[in-house]
Amino acid sequence: MKTINQNAALLKKYGNRKSTFKSHMLAPYIFISPFIISFLVFGLYPLGYSITMSFWKWTTNGPQDFIGFKNYTRLLTTDPFFIRTLWTSFILMITGSGLQHVFAIPLAIFLNDHKIKGKDVFQLTYFLPYITSTVSIVLIFAQLYDENYGWLNYILENWLHLKPIHWLTSPVGIKSSIAIMLNWRFIGWNTLIYVAGLQSIDRSLYEAAEIDGANKFQQAMKITLPLLKPIIFFTLTLSIIGGFQVFDEPFVLLGGFTKLGGPQNAGLTTAFYLMATGFEFGRLGKGSAIAWLMFLVIIVLNIIHKKIGHNEKN
Amino acid sequence: MTNGSKILLYAVLIFFVFIFSFPFYYVFVLASQEGTNMYTYPPHIFFNSYYLTNIIKLFEDIPFGINFLNSAGIATLATFGTAFFCTMSGFALAKYEFKGKKIIYTFMLSTIAIPTFLNIIPFFKMMIAFNWYGTWLPLIIPGLANAFGIFLMAQFLKEAVPFDLLSAARIDGLSEFGILMKVVFPLAQAGLAILMIVTFVGSWNNLLGPLIFLPQLLKTTIPVALTLLFNNLEGDRGGLMAGNTLAILPLMLVVLTFSKKIIAGLTAGSLKG
Repeated sequence: MKTINQNAALLKKYGNRKSTFKSHMLAPYIFISPFIISFLVFGLYPLGYSITMSFWKWTTNGPQDFIGFKNYTRLLTTDPFFIRTLWTSFILMITGSGLQHVFAIPLAIFLNDHKIKGKDVFQLTYFLPYITSTVSIVLIFAQLYDENYGWLNYILENWLHLKPIHWLTSPVGIKSSIAIMLNWRFIGWNTLIYVAGLQSIDRSLYEAAEIDGANKFQQAMKITLPLLKPIIFFTLTLSIIGGFQVFDEPFVLLGGFTKLGGPQNAGLTTAFYLMATGFEFGRLGKGSAIAWLMFLVIIVLNIIHKKIGHNEKN
Repeated sequence: MTNGSKILLYAVLIFFVFIFSFPFYYVFVLASQEGTNMYTYPPHIFFNSYYLTNIIKLFEDIPFGINFLNSAGIATLATFGTAFFCTMSGFALAKYEFKGKKIIYTFMLSTIAIPTFLNIIPFFKMMIAFNWYGTWLPLIIPGLANAFGIFLMAQFLKEAVPFDLLSAARIDGLSEFGILMKVVFPLAQAGLAILMIVTFVGSWNNLLGPLIFLPQLLKTTIPVALTLLFNNLEGDRGGLMAGNTLAILPLMLVVLTFSKKIIAGLTAGSLKG
């Protein structure tokens, strides 16, 4: 039965060659249409919506007054939190997202050594933190950070004979604990990206250098790093974008919206402040203005990053 | 390489293995302790026998079974939906020449560059206007035809589907949709595996989305439920720690099964993008 049906279907198609041709022209548009629709509805429309909102005093009850740039000017001048949140995000971007690469690049160079055994096992373990949810990570690290009974202070005091750190109550401690979690989660991931990049480097370059008497360190500095530069540029760009949007870690670790990033708001990042302003305080207009200022800062940082990268090349 | 530098190299690599795997060991250690005796000096390092007690405590603390089903349901629907739509759109970009293709590529690049937080407030308002608040839809629909997935599939299909095969299928009378279903999908499996795992992991771990759209304990997913429990907890932490092991385990199993494929595919994918 089935084959007869299939044949009937085939015959029908053959009989309609013209319409098949037409569908060939039309098909790509139909296939791509879900993207176009979701781009317009969930991408472009909210962008316009959010610009509009940012010029209004707009609360959960809807738009109240058109106030022009006042949301922006207030944030930049009289707002008690905003400038500090930029600073917090910036510090976390450097110590959380930037520092990763200082670990990841050497680790990748080590892992790329063709004499290394057990490379698969190393790669797998380095990959696991990346796929673990922030919530799970925070729940584990909160225990490690406990100031009286956590492993970190235990090690500091009893093994290294140092002073304990107030991981969850002092401003420096709070920023460090967020930065540590970011590093822990992403060092391995960046390492794997660098390893993938290193695999495209011709081994014969190293062999030639070895014959010329260059040691491993010289090889890394003279061959590997210059060839890795485009990839480093790419991963740093991602780190700037991601680093400035840290929200989950401080939100879960430091008691959610009610505590606003803990003592002295040390963990209140710009993204966290945006979320609190929009969703906890119901100030949607002001929240949208924060979003656009944050976007602007990310763009400026990326332009600076690009300039520096460009100068390095010349 | 001298022996000394070789030992140093392995020492560093193994040190980081320890750093990256200790928290996973530790979460099981904690989950097996007596809930009211979580804090000791020195801290716990060995397993104890309270794991089952803590699992029972977890189900008393929060409706974990419901949260688990919500997480699994949303992640599964998002994964299969995304697999379908991204393959379809990726196929259009990889194997057809049509007017406007360049503009679409520009759109796709721009959506990747737009930070999530830029749109989050108006997106929330829209979801309320759509009557999607409190449902799974905002966590599934907007991501179905996402730029990253389409890029990934387009890159993959460019090489995986030969043009000859498409012509042959057309001569055999298959419609374009028939080609997509019967020719493209079977050939796309390796690329699909990566896309589906990425989507599943992203959805399973998502905190922001369910935090905004499903804030009620009975309707929400594991990450939000555990966060609520963590923030409101006094005394017995056994349930929380047990819940965390159950949040981590499913992903571990998925990733350990497919690890090699994922790592190779993901890193290569992100370098191409």
